[in-house]
Amino acid sequence: MIATIRALLTQHGGLPVSVDTLADDGDLYDAGLSSFASVQLMLALEEAFDVEFPEHLLNRKSFSSIAAISAALSEITDDRQVA
Amino acid sequence: MTVAGRIEALTLAERARRAAKVAGEFADAVDVDGRFPSEGMAAVKAERLMGIMVRPDLGGEGASMTEVADVCAIFGQACAATAMTYAMHQIQIASLADHAVGSAWHEAFLRRLCDQQLLIASATSEAGIGGNLRNSICAIETVDGTVILEKDATVISYGAHADAIMVTSRRNQDAAHSDQVATVFLNDQYTLEQTSVWDTLGMRGTCSDGYLFRGKAPAEQILPKPFAEIAAQSMLAVSHLLWGALWYGIAADAVTRAQAFVKAAAKRNPGQTPPGALRLAEASNLLQLVKANVVAGLKQFETCKGDPDALNAMSFSVAMNNIKIGTSQTILTIINHCMLICGIAGYKNGTPFSLGRHLRDAHSAQLMISNDRILGNTSTMLLVNKQDTSLLG
Repeated sequence: MIATIRALLTQHGGLPVSVDTLADDGDLYDAGLSSFASVQLMLALEEAFDVEFPEHLLNRKSFSSIAAISAALSEITDDRQVA
Repeated sequence: MTVAGRIEALTLAERARRAAKVAGEFADAVDVDGRFPSEGMAAVKAERLMGIMVRPDLGGEGASMTEVADVCAIFGQACAATAMTYAMHQIQIASLADHAVGSAWHEAFLRRLCDQQLLIASATSEAGIGGNLRNSICAIETVDGTVILEKDATVISYGAHADAIMVTSRRNQDAAHSDQVATVFLNDQYTLEQTSVWDTLGMRGTCSDGYLFRGKAPAEQILPKPFAEIAAQSMLAVSHLLWGALWYGIAADAVTRAQAFVKAAAKRNPGQTPPGALRLAEASNLLQLVKANVVAGLKQFETCKGDPDALNAMSFSVAMNNIKIGTSQTILTIINHCMLICGIAGYKNGTPFSLGRHLRDAHSAQLMISNDRILGNTSTMLLVNKQDTSLLG
């Protein structure tokens, strides 16, 4: 999952730095992630993982780091398995 | 009881109305000369309204955003420049009050602000960046606990009249454009070299000249939280709400003038409905929409206050953006209606029905954070945001 997130972040994040230089818990907003790019990234993640982000995950925190994105995706996919 | 204590025993609205009376007397002069509303702001300070939002244990009165918005609306009806200066000052206070809790320097500063009724300005716009406050080119340099900052600020509203300025910049020389901090500089810690003159259509009294800012201050004056968080959780919402409140005030005063015009016409010709009466009904209807919009936004803000998740939610940003768009567009329609009602008496300066200043001041609303930029931002969020279709939610 992390590898896919990193690949999509490279493609859609529009970051001024290489994604390879970022730690999983590194702050993506500090690294230059704009709100527009975060939405583009979210759409790409929804497509890649075949999920839809629920309202309570549509906030800055969910996209603040690679680890946070991974946690949000896990929450969505876990919910799906329970359902 | 001290003088300050006696003043603070009155309600905020009473004190605001007294200050507004003074501000209103000078509103035309401030507009014509494009000068700072000194008399109005002196009256605001005399009524001890500068620090009302600060916590009581720091010398403030713990006023809510809703109460501050009410004060802005009262000022908006008297003098838009006083109202805007006051609103922008409160936006800085909201950022400090919410995002510098426990920071000794900032808390001491807020205490002094309440005590001495200080005025705080902000420097976010920068040459090469435009109005996007979430980007900076300039960066602070920290040497031995001292921060040094130079910023080519295209706009610092009432900068020459402020006691302190909150300045955004990159965190350090290596930080990305969006990795920003905000630093409070006191007016003996900076120099301002004027680079442009605020000679505008309206809002002429905010004196939002451009300056080359050069500051030097202890590093403890940097706000502890990243500016990204401050902007997202406080600054944008508070700006839209307080501006919305004072814009409502401008439109409300226009409708008051139009109503007086229609009433005078009705008295002159008993038994006949004056031609402007129907349009006045339309203006009143639109004014109610603006009021409801701002009040609903304030209610939503108060519900979310203190909950970073709720304030960071996309649906909250969409709602606040919509308040700004709706209010800034509708007041122009309202004031234009009022102009049609009052006719030449409204078009002409110096009559009891003059509306030129209102209309010119109101035109700034669409441009203060450009509506096109905000619509673009909302449209991005709507690609993923789930619409809440409930009436009350």
